[in-house]
Amino acid sequence: MRVITKIGEWFDHRLQLAAPIREAAGHPVPRNTASWFYVFGSAALTVFILQLVTGILLALIYVPSGGEAWSSLQALNHQVTLGWFIRAMHGWGSNFMVAIVLIHMAQVFLFGAHKYPRELTWIVGVFLLLMTLGMAFTGQVMRFDQDAYWGLGIGASIASRVPIIGPAVVKLMLGGPIIAGATLSRFFALHVFVIPGMLIAFVSLHVLMVLKLGINEWPMPGRIVKRATYEAQYHAMTKSEGAPFVPYAIWKDMFFAAFIILAVAACAYYFGPFGPTGQPDPTIIQTAPKPDYFFLWLYALLSLLPPSLETPFLLIGPPLAIVGLLLLPFLSGEGEKSWKRRPIAVITVLMIAITLGTFTRLAQFTPWSPHMNAWSGDPVPDRYIHGTTALERQGALVFQVKQCRNCHSIDDTGGQRGPALDSVAVRLTRDQLIRQVIQGGGNMPAYGNNLSPAETTALVAFLETLHPATQSPARDAARDLVLSESSPKPATQP
Amino acid sequence: MSTKPVVATSSEVTLSRRGFFMKLGILFNGLAAMVVAVPIVRFLLSSVARGQENGYLSWVRLGDVTNFPEGETRMTTFRNPFVMPTDGKTVNTACWVRRISGNQFQVFAINCAHLGCPVHWFPQSGLFMCPCHGGAYYRDGARASGPPERGLFEYPYKIENGVLTINAGQLPTPGDPVASLSAERPSCA
Repeated sequence: MRVITKIGEWFDHRLQLAAPIREAAGHPVPRNTASWFYVFGSAALTVFILQLVTGILLALIYVPSGGEAWSSLQALNHQVTLGWFIRAMHGWGSNFMVAIVLIHMAQVFLFGAHKYPRELTWIVGVFLLLMTLGMAFTGQVMRFDQDAYWGLGIGASIASRVPIIGPAVVKLMLGGPIIAGATLSRFFALHVFVIPGMLIAFVSLHVLMVLKLGINEWPMPGRIVKRATYEAQYHAMTKSEGAPFVPYAIWKDMFFAAFIILAVAACAYYFGPFGPTGQPDPTIIQTAPKPDYFFLWLYALLSLLPPSLETPFLLIGPPLAIVGLLLLPFLSGEGEKSWKRRPIAVITVLMIAITLGTFTRLAQFTPWSPHMNAWSGDPVPDRYIHGTTALERQGALVFQVKQCRNCHSIDDTGGQRGPALDSVAVRLTRDQLIRQVIQGGGNMPAYGNNLSPAETTALVAFLETLHPATQSPARDAARDLVLSESSPKPATQP
Repeated sequence: MSTKPVVATSSEVTLSRRGFFMKLGILFNGLAAMVVAVPIVRFLLSSVARGQENGYLSWVRLGDVTNFPEGETRMTTFRNPFVMPTDGKTVNTACWVRRISGNQFQVFAINCAHLGCPVHWFPQSGLFMCPCHGGAYYRDGARASGPPERGLFEYPYKIENGVLTINAGQLPTPGDPVASLSAERPSCA
């Protein structure tokens, strides 16, 4: 024991770190901050460290080369002992990190921690969020498979829309004219050197400021933040009713950190690593690329926005959101901290969460994508052609062969891009059906050039049978009237 | 400072001498930074610079005209003319060739004009459909429905000794459709 103390003293005489560490560990924090709500920051740091460790381990095997990355991932999955587990930990760790960072941000905002004097801590935090998302996107590229390849194409297509410099940005991003080896190499440099380096620096700053300025006290309704008095009040509070961070508050952080690591490991063990999916060969087009879950909301948004709004939204939306987040502590740097007295803050967080959640859920179904194989894979159910005429059956055949099923479902199978057609005859009259098929409209292409008059007649005859037994098909009442009246007195054309 | 005029001349001399060397040092480092910065920036932007001179585009042979039956649209592949040793399979590029009749062709990029996903041709319904966000195009590449704002990207083509040749080499994107830039470029083998 004495030897260890001696060695410790020898080092500290040279490093002189013991005193500042002891001071940082023992600094008084408001007692009410020793709460389970205050564990997300340290949890994010924990997952970040986990990502550093698993990332370095993966780099022992992974080859950032367009020709070999995919097979090196296969080797990790199948050849290297526990390579699959380390890959799974890294992949699940990234999911956890994005989620925890977002939860941390929402908690900090709802507890008013972005207000004076912690504005800069918030701003650094916003950059940490952006870097985390940057790591998530570049990380998806590291898994150099079909999804990564076409995901890069989506990134390039978005970047190209920037006015004037767009084409140059694309070439800078891709490192050449196409998505290829140079693209992977530069995303590797970003994912492994540039962004982690920045993350380490910014995380250090972030934590340093938390230590220097003190952790945000538990917000009490009615306790108003004022620039002139806040710091004196805070220091008085920590002096009179504070407790040392270690061990008073840290044990909850430690428990939660261990819980998160175990959760990541459990997910990694049960669900395994992500991909890689097919090889990054652009001539294999039988693929429906999808981003990882933290960008699914964007995928949904890009499908649902009207075409004319998309580019402005993509180019103006993100900068506006970032500027808004950066300005937030200056716009509401004082005043109430408690979420109980900040209804708009609560509604904003809820709205953003619900919006992102809804879009994410939608992107799991992708109702906007045609089902490429529905026309050949999903037969028209028997009952739809039972007791039909020859013409109507021919129509069912046209319906199938012309790939209507790719976008329209009947009996709950088929694409969901267009409306389900189980009861289309109730909605549209014969004339309206013909018009819609030939001219298209809404979101439907025009089939006038691809259907012969006979095919159209047959198809519409089939569509007219699609109505529930209890509901009669739509009919044009005015037309019936005209037809019934036409016999006694012929209609006169003006 | 108010004491400045009464400061002894000797200390002022040493101070300005130090100050001079300090400034010289900053200047010297600035010069060194400039010398290093120029190659760094040129290295970083090399892919942009080359693209601006259309340095990536060249004429690529797709195959004999007879490989493409009249009135049909077929997928074919070519190797991107600009290749790096680490590219692997990514230099293999797919495209859709539509032979209208005789020597009249349309060669479409595989990439959707919305966000670059690979479009599929369905001869039965005469549509190109995109699996990602649901874009659809007619047989002549014109936009049919969905989020794309324009029709499919087209490569300029020519027929040399019965061989279909296209001007390609760069990923077409909505902001940089490429084809229009290179339409008048002369052939470079």
